Amino acid sequence: MTRIYIPCDSGALAVGADEVAAAFESAARRRQIPLDIVRTGSRGLYWLEPMLEVETAKGRIAYGPVAIADVESLLDSGILSGGVHRLRLGVAEEIPFLKRQTRLTFARCGIVQPLSIEDYRAHGGTAGLRRALAMGPAGIVEEIVQSGLRGRGGAGFPTGIKWKTAREAEGAQKYIVCNADEGDSGTYADRMIMEGDPFLLIEGMVIAGIAVGATRGYIYLRSEYPHARRILVAAIAAAQRANLLGKSVAGSGFDFGIELCVGAGAYVCGEETSLLESLEGRRGMVRAKPPLPAHHGLFGMPTVVNNVISLASVPSIVERGATFYRDFGMGRSRGTMPIQLGGNVRHPGLFEAGFGLTLGEIVDDIGGGTASGRPVRAVQVGGPLGAYFPRALFDTPFDYEAFAAHDGMIGHGGVVVFDDTVDMARQAHFAMEFCALESCGKCTPCRIGAVRGAETIARIRKGERIAENLMLVEDLCNTMKYGSLCALGGAVPYPVMSAIRHFPEDFRRVAAE
Amino acid sequence: MTEPWTKDRGLEVIRAHQHIEAATLPILHALQDAFGCVPEEAIPLIADALNISRAEVHGVISFYHEFRSKPPGRHVLKLCRAEACQAMGGDILATAAEAKLSVHFGETSPDGAVTLEPVYCLGLCACAPSALLDGKPLGRLDRERLERIIEGAAR
Ligand SMILES: Cc1cc2nc3c(=O)[nH]c(=O)nc-3n(C[C@H](O)[C@H](O)[C@H](O)COP(=O)(O)O)c2cc1C
Ligand code: SF4
Ligand code: FES
Repeated sequence: MTRIYIPCDSGALAVGADEVAAAFESAARRRQIPLDIVRTGSRGLYWLEPMLEVETAKGRIAYGPVAIADVESLLDSGILSGGVHRLRLGVAEEIPFLKRQTRLTFARCGIVQPLSIEDYRAHGGTAGLRRALAMGPAGIVEEIVQSGLRGRGGAGFPTGIKWKTAREAEGAQKYIVCNADEGDSGTYADRMIMEGDPFLLIEGMVIAGIAVGATRGYIYLRSEYPHARRILVAAIAAAQRANLLGKSVAGSGFDFGIELCVGAGAYVCGEETSLLESLEGRRGMVRAKPPLPAHHGLFGMPTVVNNVISLASVPSIVERGATFYRDFGMGRSRGTMPIQLGGNVRHPGLFEAGFGLTLGEIVDDIGGGTASGRPVRAVQVGGPLGAYFPRALFDTPFDYEAFAAHDGMIGHGGVVVFDDTVDMARQAHFAMEFCALESCGKCTPCRIGAVRGAETIARIRKGERIAENLMLVEDLCNTMKYGSLCALGGAVPYPVMSAIRHFPEDFRRVAAE
Repeated sequence: MTEPWTKDRGLEVIRAHQHIEAATLPILHALQDAFGCVPEEAIPLIADALNISRAEVHGVISFYHEFRSKPPGRHVLKLCRAEACQAMGGDILATAAEAKLSVHFGETSPDGAVTLEPVYCLGLCACAPSALLDGKPLGRLDRERLERIIEGAAR
């Protein structure tokens, strides 16, 4: 029986993967060909989705993007033995976009059946946990410190130091909270892992629990991810049955359980203290720090809050050692980062690589320029609070410090490409409007500043007293940057000021016309 | 499909989730799943069950964009308005959706078929522009396909 793999990741479903799978099933039945259709996560080559792979003696041969109308001709061409067809892409791992990557965290994503614990184990899953149990809590924390892993949620705080603080904190109950709010536009790495390799996240949380002495875990998932939610519910239940979660994890005597909590469409709830308020059932108002969550977190107890990718990076670090991981990357940005290409780009998708690629390599080489075929004009890196970069800064390496030096941030790794039809005054306006819409309202610079900022940019766009209003926006941005309690108000000056600084002509359009 | 609000059913839903540690969000989600919204009438019942004030319950509901106070149309279309989708013509799509449904964002079409809501990223930025129709992901949308989808939902 031939086995074909078709993704059931939301990105693939959004472009018809279910319909293609159903068409294959009925065509195979009609032709009386025995066919085993296996649903996997996505490899992350989204412009080729739905991408199917056929298992052959030479490896998995990929075809894509497949439409329902292609199913008959694909079967006619003998794809079940890897036959030639205009959609044939060759052995999946040899596709340049995939071959150039360093897949550590995403090693299994798109390959395994997300909910099969047997598949997970057969592809190296739980090896990290076994090594962690042998190392013991202090050994795990030391390994993570040495690896140089920094939080992948945006702030880039060293994960090992956070764990060490929580481990040393006193508390009757400690918690591991996984931040799966993934609110940043242009990002989807968390979603891909949760949908494509959920046991990896669970394993990472278990190791974190052992390391800091926490027995309870929460995953705070955004409500915009209904498919990830279904998979996580099933994966947690399967992990309990397989003893990956429970009173004695893998027979070790360590107790660890996970609960899933679904958010309700508030961007600010991705900020860790707002997230904790929300988990406790209140409005997601940001808390002032200190106290740090590691000392005084969920229900007042020591709590580690980590992003999905931070936690999902842990098993391979523990398994292969800190040095192995630390050897990838540049400067103080160690290891690999899943870069997520989106927007107007020819090859949108997930590219995991060591830090240090330049923005130009990412956008032009890997991304292949724009989807529209027009020139690339601006690239927003790091979500809605990230700066817009012009081509002139394309030599900036993908590295926390290098982006900060240009008044930007790599954030959660989203790279959104715009062609030359973009109106940067409109993008700056949107950034302020978004901040006004999502502000928790706790501090004045953000609550009032964002509303004033949006109004002022609206006036500039109408051509009213442009020079004066631009100065007002800059003043507001300074007040927000230095006076806001959290990075929502504190970082919105990045997209706004970068748009003004790098694309000044767009703010004088009306005046010029 | 959602059901019409009754106090008894409301209490049943609340009680089924009351035992959870920090039950507020789970209760609100369960109510919205059952009734399509969190009706005003539910607020005193939630306050009682959780032993908090009505004002607090109201404060929580109003903080989160997800919760509605009125039932939506037969279908809910959440169209992404965020940057990656903007870069791929999301604004044109948004205008087209409003025109096709004769609504503004946040409203339900006059025939009661479709409620149009904005959403800020669905994690489908590599298949932009994108939307969710009753929880089903839709990507690489263009005006024509979106209008067909809306027509299909209206039937
Ligand atoms: C407005 C705002 C939104 C945020 N949204 C997210 C998010 O969606 N996911 C996330 O992991 N971190 C988010 N963060 C960062 C968190 O506050 C926190 O730094 C992170 O969860 C820590 O985990 P890490 O160290 O593993 O990155 C956000 C921060 C701010 C200020
Ligand atoms: S900056 Fe904005 S979101 Fe952050 S605490 Fe202040 S008001 Fe709330
Ligand atoms: S920006 Fe629209 S799906 Fe991410």
